[in-house]
Amino acid sequence: MVKVRIWGSLQKATDNKEFVEVEAQNFKQLLDNLSLKYPKLKPQITRGVSVAIDGMIYRNSWFTPIKPENEVVLMPYMVGG
Amino acid sequence: MSPLDNTYEKQFKVIGTRPPRPDGIEKVTGKAQYGADLYVPDMLYAKILRSPHPHAKIISIDTSEAEKLDGVKAVITSKDFSKFSENKPSDTLVNCIAHEKALYDGHCVAAVAALSNTIAKSALKLINVEYEILPHVTDVDEAMKTDSPIVNKGYVLENVPKGFSENVTSYYEFGHGDLDNGFNNADLIVERTFKTEAAHQGYIEPHACLASMTPDGKADLWCCTQGHYNVRALCADIMGMESSQLRVTPSEIGGGFGGKTTIFIEPIALALSLKSGKPVKLVMTRDEVFKATGPTVSSSMDVKIGMTKDGIITAGEAHLRYQGGAFPNGTVEMGAQSAFAAYDLKAVRTKGWNVLTNRPKQAAYRAPGAPQAIYAVESVVDELCQKLNLDPLEIRIKNAAKKGTKSSYGPTFDDIGLIATLEAAQKHPHYLAPLAENQGRGLSCGFWFNFGGDTCVTLNVNFDGTIGVTEGNPDIGGSRASISQMAAEELGISYDKVRTIIADTNSLGHNEVTDGSRVTFAVGLATIKAARAAIKEMCKRASLIWGIDEDAVRWENGSAIPAGPNAGQFDPMSIEEIAALSSQTGGPIAGHHEVNAEGAGVSFGVHLADVEVDKETGSTKVIRYTVFQDAGKAIHPSYVEGQMQGGAVQGIGWALNEEYIYGKDGRLQNAGFLDYRIPVASDLPMIEPVILEIPNPGHPYGVRGVGETSIVPPLAAINNAVSRATNIRFSELPLSPPKVLSSLKKELKDG
Repeated sequence: MVKVRIWGSLQKATDNKEFVEVEAQNFKQLLDNLSLKYPKLKPQITRGVSVAIDGMIYRNSWFTPIKPENEVVLMPYMVGG
Repeated sequence: MSPLDNTYEKQFKVIGTRPPRPDGIEKVTGKAQYGADLYVPDMLYAKILRSPHPHAKIISIDTSEAEKLDGVKAVITSKDFSKFSENKPSDTLVNCIAHEKALYDGHCVAAVAALSNTIAKSALKLINVEYEILPHVTDVDEAMKTDSPIVNKGYVLENVPKGFSENVTSYYEFGHGDLDNGFNNADLIVERTFKTEAAHQGYIEPHACLASMTPDGKADLWCCTQGHYNVRALCADIMGMESSQLRVTPSEIGGGFGGKTTIFIEPIALALSLKSGKPVKLVMTRDEVFKATGPTVSSSMDVKIGMTKDGIITAGEAHLRYQGGAFPNGTVEMGAQSAFAAYDLKAVRTKGWNVLTNRPKQAAYRAPGAPQAIYAVESVVDELCQKLNLDPLEIRIKNAAKKGTKSSYGPTFDDIGLIATLEAAQKHPHYLAPLAENQGRGLSCGFWFNFGGDTCVTLNVNFDGTIGVTEGNPDIGGSRASISQMAAEELGISYDKVRTIIADTNSLGHNEVTDGSRVTFAVGLATIKAARAAIKEMCKRASLIWGIDEDAVRWENGSAIPAGPNAGQFDPMSIEEIAALSSQTGGPIAGHHEVNAEGAGVSFGVHLADVEVDKETGSTKVIRYTVFQDAGKAIHPSYVEGQMQGGAVQGIGWALNEEYIYGKDGRLQNAGFLDYRIPVASDLPMIEPVILEIPNPGHPYGVRGVGETSIVPPLAAINNAVSRATNIRFSELPLSPPKVLSSLKKELKDG
């Protein structure tokens, strides 16, 4: 299981939980299983999210490995100029 | 070795040097080809009719008289685009050409292609548009009220709390800890409301393109852009084309800073070309650039911070309201995540609302969303330090985020360079230099995320052993030089043996836009990997010639050599010798690499600003300015310094003079560089750049992006300097002379 931190305003979609746990071994599984377990997360995940794994921010690399001991934080999709 | 085979601790030969810029001669002699410089036979000239109203329903558009004008070859309206797709028009298309409503002053409603610009202009006057004028709103706070005119319906996301107008499209909240407890532990709490106005990127080259589309659905498009693959994707979607049939070639670019990351005129030129059967050139005027491209958001923000007497920040809270024009934007979430990123806080909360108004759709501008939020936070931190009689730099070091800090946006920081950057500022002579009367010193931290993204590079070894690198990102900050340097470093050859070009969309796979400070990081990474692939192939060719195993050959100083004494005795084969024989040994040699680059490290900067305020006029002069920034590794230090200086100058302009001024009629009052005042060289002292190099473990040479962070601190650094020089706390930007003078007079009157 991977423990995922959800940002404040998105916690409405996780029954006000700051941390949720899902089975995942990579970025894609994480998002897929978050959407399955918490369907209200799906609109935001579909619009785009980034995932920080041990402090490094990933935008959409599906097969980035995630281990149970990793710190995993859901973030909005990064944009820049 | 790490999985990335990082080499940032080795002695570099090319990295860190300052070769002449490869585009220098063309640019200073006027030979560089910018967006408006391309001419082709039978070309038509296009002009756009724009709405004079900030918000109006389009009842009808009669183009018949314009079409009759001699020399006019095509006139289009939004209806011409409906034939390309049955889908609901995208926001991008509706921003390029109004459909049912004109949503801001300057919104395109029709366009003409004619034999000359003069004829096209005349034809615009013959187009009759019937409008029903609607109530408008251009102020973010007004637009949030429930009784505000609704700008654009149907965009409210599920995350928006109740109690606002339909103009509030999205809401974000970040943070951790117990705010109430944090504020209870503070000896002093400062709470202020701040405002910033929209600023334009102020690139010198207006948007320009030339489109040539054939009846069978193929098209060529030349344009100035930060991302021609994105232009292709957006235009192909709008025009109902397959990507392979639209080739987009980027011109030389005269500045972008985020403002050329999307499209404004390209579909108009394509549609006119298709309708007329001729190539069509479309160049924006400066007035159009201001009115109808993408400036920044404007903002209204509340910040509350608590501090103990000895300078520990106990809690921080920010509420950010950003308007981004008539279409939804994703900027406030970046500001809300960045606001307190420089601090190690037990209790922090940021909330952000994105809001629609009758203004042009915002576009990115260096670190989009961060400068505004960090301006507000850093201004309050400075005020707390001043009121508690604490050294603002020491307090920032005391509270600085570091490795192991739970960041205000969620993740725990790994190695970051903030404290090293602050300490560099503390040790610099600037920090303790004496100030004279009416002078003040301001300080601010800055932060930006940086990212990587889709990137393709091909590296060809020519028969004479020189190198051609092909990449797909327009060079807005010196990337051709830095990419050539990284290729030369990896191959062990001199910089002048490498030439890097930016290819069209059919020459490489998809490349993300030049944004997010990504190019030196991501394209550099792909170039290093492409060079390593070419080296592997060259070692293989040498092994074939020598009749030994491929593994028994290694690369050193631009030559293949036997890997060890057991491999055999062979003289080194130089890259020139291997390249000269490449036809006989298997064919041309190349390396390529395609990747979605991840691993861009976050970046921090610290700026020191000294200003002098003329108390008779309210005018502020910057008298000394120093930028400290962690570059990870500066590939070409002159370009890195240029980015640091350029960002500082743009931020100074934003802080002191630059603003979009809207009248009560909802129309932009200052659409030109005469009335929208950007700083010029004579306005400023030399900006001193101090580069720090704390390697990013996500890049083989340790590179971090440098293009965006430098615009973040100037807003607060200048605000704090002016506030200390006048002993008046300012909370609205820009600090234009009338605004400062008015506050000085009020202070004098109030005693």
